[in-house]
Parts: sequence; structure tokens; C-alpha cells
Amino acid sequence: MGKLKLGFYWAASCGGCEISVLEIGEKVLDVMAVADIVFWPAAVDFKFSDVEKMEDKSIDVCFFNGAIRNREDEHVAKLLRAKSKVMIAFGSCAVDGCIPGLGNATTVKDIFTRAYHETPSTINPEKVEPQPKYSIPEGELELPELRENVSTLDEVVDVDYYVPGCPPVGEQVWNAIQAIVSGKLPPKGSVVGASDRALCHECERKRLGNKFKTIYRPYEIVPDQEQCLLEQGVICMGPATRGGCGALCPKANMPCWGCYGPSPNIEDQGAKMLSALASNLDSTDEEEIKEALGKVIDPLGKFYKFTLTKSILGRVRK
Amino acid sequence: MGEKFEPKIIGFLCRWCAYAGADLAGTSRMEYPPNVYTIRVNCTGRIDPTFVIKSLAQGADGVLIAGCHPGDCHYMEGNYMMLKRYTLLSRLLEQFGIEKERVRLEWISASEGEKFAKTVHEMTEKIRQLGPLNWNTGKKEGR
Repeated sequence: MGKLKLGFYWAASCGGCEISVLEIGEKVLDVMAVADIVFWPAAVDFKFSDVEKMEDKSIDVCFFNGAIRNREDEHVAKLLRAKSKVMIAFGSCAVDGCIPGLGNATTVKDIFTRAYHETPSTINPEKVEPQPKYSIPEGELELPELRENVSTLDEVVDVDYYVPGCPPVGEQVWNAIQAIVSGKLPPKGSVVGASDRALCHECERKRLGNKFKTIYRPYEIVPDQEQCLLEQGVICMGPATRGGCGALCPKANMPCWGCYGPSPNIEDQGAKMLSALASNLDSTDEEEIKEALGKVIDPLGKFYKFTLTKSILGRVRK
Repeated sequence: MGEKFEPKIIGFLCRWCAYAGADLAGTSRMEYPPNVYTIRVNCTGRIDPTFVIKSLAQGADGVLIAGCHPGDCHYMEGNYMMLKRYTLLSRLLEQFGIEKERVRLEWISASEGEKFAKTVHEMTEKIRQLGPLNWNTGKKEGR
């Protein structure tokens, strides 16, 4: 058998997933011993035209990170799907929409208004906005258009496996690569490189059964190192989040942000977390409840930070 | 289209109070609009916010949640659980652009058939004014 052919691509993402691939450290040499990289814009100089020239299904495994924000993301996702035997949604953006997916909390029109006219640092008296096509003497320039909605990868192409996380932790990336190299892949549609249980199962903090009286934002409190953060009134997304990262954030005395997405059997991470948080509030007084929960300033942004696109509602109403 | 809009409201009613209250409204021959599709639950504390969100996403124009008055919960504090979830949920739904009036929490005891009928009346009328929610028609657009 020849070497495995691997492809990597980033759509709407920050680049963190690319770095998480390198986080496997020197093991990257082991990967190179059995695999060739045939496309990886962040690291290796290949062009789209090189991919277009490839035969269909000639890439063995494609690691696709990033959400589908613009027409180019969509185009490349479809192109790479056609050229790849196995398509992996790699990282939170491709799996759940992640931060780019929060674009669904607004509209393209509002994004343009904010970015090109309203931000305090913007001076734009001629009210110029980027156009998808623009003619200059040298020819026509083109920019990919923003799509009205941000999508996850599996909303535009067929996806074989999911590797969640923002970014996926190095160890889990290695687990996923090993599963691929050894050919021991789980059934199509599975989540690879993550746990099947909630984050709380791998968190070492103690649950004392306490409820909280008020909510603290992380900068307002130095939490106890041993006790469950949620019990201390810090919004920790653990109960509604898939484990697999090793509870990195709670170990550093910071609450879980929920980047591994909903744990299995949870359809909507935000709704579930809202439920878990509210139930842990120690009060039966309507006014007190309003005041305490009023400290969640942006429920949508807090509970759907990583999963708005993939949530049941999917986007805000236009 | 062209037909008069009839709101579709999902009603999650607790079996001990609100469901019995609805039953009383029926056996007392009180008239109220037939727009509420009742789902009996053991306690409002059993209602996961996911149920509400899913109802709205799958075609409901409103959701009514009704249970025992504070202090009267058969399971001691299930209704307080709901009150807490509802407090946060209604703010969340507003951020999604779903009007507050579409999801309503009401305390209705087993003896308050009249209150049940009145609540359904009010809610149906309010949602009739707001118009259909049609959640999923907007979602896939432009994808």
C-alpha cells in the first residue's frame, strides 16, 4: 500500500485548528512516515488549481476546519468533498459553527453596517463597502460573497467523521490520526477523538451539592480550587458539554466554555445549559431569581457561543 | 393561504394542577379556543427548555406552560425550577427574535378552570395579532 494522502483546509476559522495539528509535536514525523500531505494552504504551497486537477477520491482523508461563511468556503468544501474518500469536520467551527457561527445572531447587512460604518475606529465618509466584483484598469477583482447564513460543514457536504473542540486538544488529534492510519474507524457519522460523556465526568472538582445565590463572572471571583465551579456561581458549561479535552479549563480554575459542543443525547447545548444553570440557583423568590439570573447579560452568546449554527433554532429571526 | 390564521399553541400542563384545571374547564362546559394542543407532564419541573425551543422550531406559534401555584408543587419545588428556567428562557427567546408573549408561564390550580379558559383566550388572541412564527422557513434560506 502506498502512503496515505492527507488534505487540510481552513474555511471560516481562526487558524487555531491548524496549530492543534502541530500540537501533536514530534509525532508529526510518524505521520509523515506513513502519509503525504497533498493540500494544506496554511503550511504547504499548493493552489486550488492543483486540487482541481486531482482525480475524484484521490485524497484519502481531508481534515476540514472552519465554518461555511462565504461562497468560497462553500465552493472549496464541495471541491474537497469530491476529491476525498473521507471527509472530517475538524474543530468546532466545522462541527458546530463556533464563533463564526455567531454571525447567525445578526444579518449580513448589519455586519456590514457595523464593520464599515459604525465601529469607533472607522472613518469612511464615502460610505465604501467591499463589492463582490470591482473593475480596475488591470482587470476585474473578485471577492467571495458572504452567505446570508453561516453553516456547518455537514450542512453543505456529506461528512464522515467529526472531531470537535476549539481547538481539538493535541492528544485527541493524535487519537483521531491513529484511528485513520490504522484503518480502525468507527461507523460513519461518529465523533472521533472525544469522550461519549459530559465534561463533568472527567473533571476532578468536588460536588458538595450546594446551590449558588448569585452568579459571578470569571473576573469577579477567585473560585475555590477544589469545588465544582457551577456550585460557586461561575457559569461552567460542563454539564452540557462533551468531554474529551481532559477538563483543561476547570483545571486552570476557569469555567468550561463549552467548545466540545453538546454531549451525546443532548440536542441543544444552549437550552440544556440554561436549564442546568437555572436549576442550580438557590432561590424561590421571583424578584430574587430575576436579579440573580439577570447577571447572565447575554444568554444567547453565553449558552450558544460554540453551537448557535447547529442549535435547534439555528439563527435569530430576520 | 388566504385562510384565517389559527395559532397553534403547545400546552405543557402539569398533571396535578393545570391539567386538572383544564379538565375542570371542560367538564364545566366553559368555552375557550381549540388552539392549545395539550401535553400532560408530571410536573412543570420536568419541562426541559429544549421542549419549548423544539416546539417553536417545528411549527408551534406559541407555548403555554402551566403548573401549580408557588408553594403547591406536588414534588415540593418543581414549579420553582420552571420559574427559574422560564426567567432565563424568555430573555433568550427575545434575543432570538421570538416575542415574549409567545411563551407564557401561568400558575393554574386544579380548581381554576376559569383561569385556564381565560389564559387560553388571551394567549390565542395575542398570538393571532402577532401572526404565525413559521420558524423553519427562515432558517434554511440562503444556505
